[in-house]
Amino acid sequence: MFDPRPLNVTVNGATVQRTVDSRVHLADFLRKELGLTGTHIGCEHGVCGACTVLVNGASVRACLMLAVQAEGCAVQTIESVAAPGGALHPIQSALARHHGLQCGYCTPGVVMTLLELQRESAGRAVSEHEVRAALSGNLCRCTGYQGMVDAALEVLNAPAAQS
Amino acid sequence: MKAPAFRYHAPTDVAQAVSLLASLENARVLAGGQSLMPMMNLRVAGPDHLIDLGRIPELAGVAQVPEGLLVGAMTTQRALETSAVVARLCPLLSEAVSNVGHQQTRNRGTIGGSLCHLDPGAELPVAAAALDAVMIARGPQGERRIAFADFPADYLTSTLEPGEILTHVLLPVASARAGSAFLEFNRRPADYAIVSVAAHVTLDEAGRVAGASIAVGGVSHAPVRLADAEAGLVGALADAAACAQAGRLAATLACDGDDLYPADYKQDLCETLVRRALGAAFKRAGAGHV
Repeated sequence: MFDPRPLNVTVNGATVQRTVDSRVHLADFLRKELGLTGTHIGCEHGVCGACTVLVNGASVRACLMLAVQAEGCAVQTIESVAAPGGALHPIQSALARHHGLQCGYCTPGVVMTLLELQRESAGRAVSEHEVRAALSGNLCRCTGYQGMVDAALEVLNAPAAQS
Repeated sequence: MKAPAFRYHAPTDVAQAVSLLASLENARVLAGGQSLMPMMNLRVAGPDHLIDLGRIPELAGVAQVPEGLLVGAMTTQRALETSAVVARLCPLLSEAVSNVGHQQTRNRGTIGGSLCHLDPGAELPVAAAALDAVMIARGPQGERRIAFADFPADYLTSTLEPGEILTHVLLPVASARAGSAFLEFNRRPADYAIVSVAAHVTLDEAGRVAGASIAVGGVSHAPVRLADAEAGLVGALADAAACAQAGRLAATLACDGDDLYPADYKQDLCETLVRRALGAAFKRAGAGHV
C-alpha cells in the first residue's frame, strides 16, 4: 500500500472499519474489500453509471469517489435493496415484469438511481420526462429504456407507496 | 483504469489547504472529483498529492451578502440546482446548473471545481461570464478577487497562482425587470455542450434594453462575451428584431472547429442559440414585444 489511510464508513447499515490505499475508488473498495460485487464497474471514468451507489442518500458514481472520501458516510449498495429473505424491492420486480433489464450489467446502477428518484419524489407524481432525465446517467445497451421507464412510472406513481 | 498512486490530504480549514498546496510538489486540489478523477483514472493527470477540500465546511453553502450572492466553491451543483435562494436571486445559475452532467455527477460536482477546470463544453463558466462573477481566491499572500473575465488563462487553465485556492464565487443578485436564459445544444441531453449561450438582460420602464450580457461557450478555450451585440442592444426595443440582430452578430464569432463540429456549424448554432436565449431573457424580464 502506497498511502494507507484508516476508513470508517457505514455500508448497508453495518459499520465498517478498514485501512485502504487512498487511490482505491469506492467501487473497488465495495467489490474487492467488502465482497459486495453487485456494484458493477463499466467505464471507470464516470460515463456509464454502472457503479452508481447511494452515499448519504444521494446517487454517486462510485468510480469517481475515492473510498477515503466516504469517511463517516452511509453507503447503500444494491445488496441492501431486496428484503433479507430475498423478496425483491418493488422497483426490482417492476423492472423484471416490464423487461427493464436484459443482460443485467447496468441494472444495479439503474435501481440505485430509481431509489433516489423515489425518495425525492415521495408524495407526488413523477413525469416520464423526470424518469428519463434520471436514467440518462445510466447507460443501457440492451433494453432501449422503455421497459425501465414503464417500470419506474408504475412503481413511483403507484396509488399507495409499495415500499 | 485506476488512478495512479498519490498521497491524500484532507485539511479541515482553508489555511491548512493553502499551506499544503503551497508546500507540496505536484499537488492538485480535489473538489467534487467529477473531472479530476476521470483524468486520473485515464492517467491524463498524475498528481503526487491530492488535497481534498471536501472536509472544509466553510467552503460549502450559499449566502446573500450586501454585494450579492456568495457561493462557496465546494457547494455541489445539485445543492445549487435545488436551492430556492439561488432560483430567486440568480435564476441564470439555476438554469445553467440544471444542464450540467447527470444527477449522479451533480451530487458530487461543485461550482468551484467546474469553474477552475474550465472545460470549454462546461456550462457554469458560461453563466459566470455572463454574470460577471467575481472569483475569490486565497493563497499564501492572502485573499484576492479576480473578475471572471480575467480568470481563464488558457485551455483548462485558470489564472489562479500556484498555491491559490478558489474559496467563493460572488454573483450579482438579479434586479426587477431583469431576465436571463441559458441554452445549449448537444447530441444527447446532459452531454457537454457543443455550443452554449447565457444571456442576461435588464429592461427600463419603457421596455427598452438598459443592459445586456451574452456569453457563448464551446467556441474557444474560454467563454466569449459578445461585446458588439451587447453594446448594440442598449437602448433598443426588446423585440424579435433585436434578438435577430444579436444572433447575426453571434454568427460572425470566430469559432474553434473540429472535424465533428466545424467552425461554420458552430457559428450557425451561435446565431440560433443567441437569438432564442435573448428572446427568452426578454420575456422573463417582462418585455411585451417578443
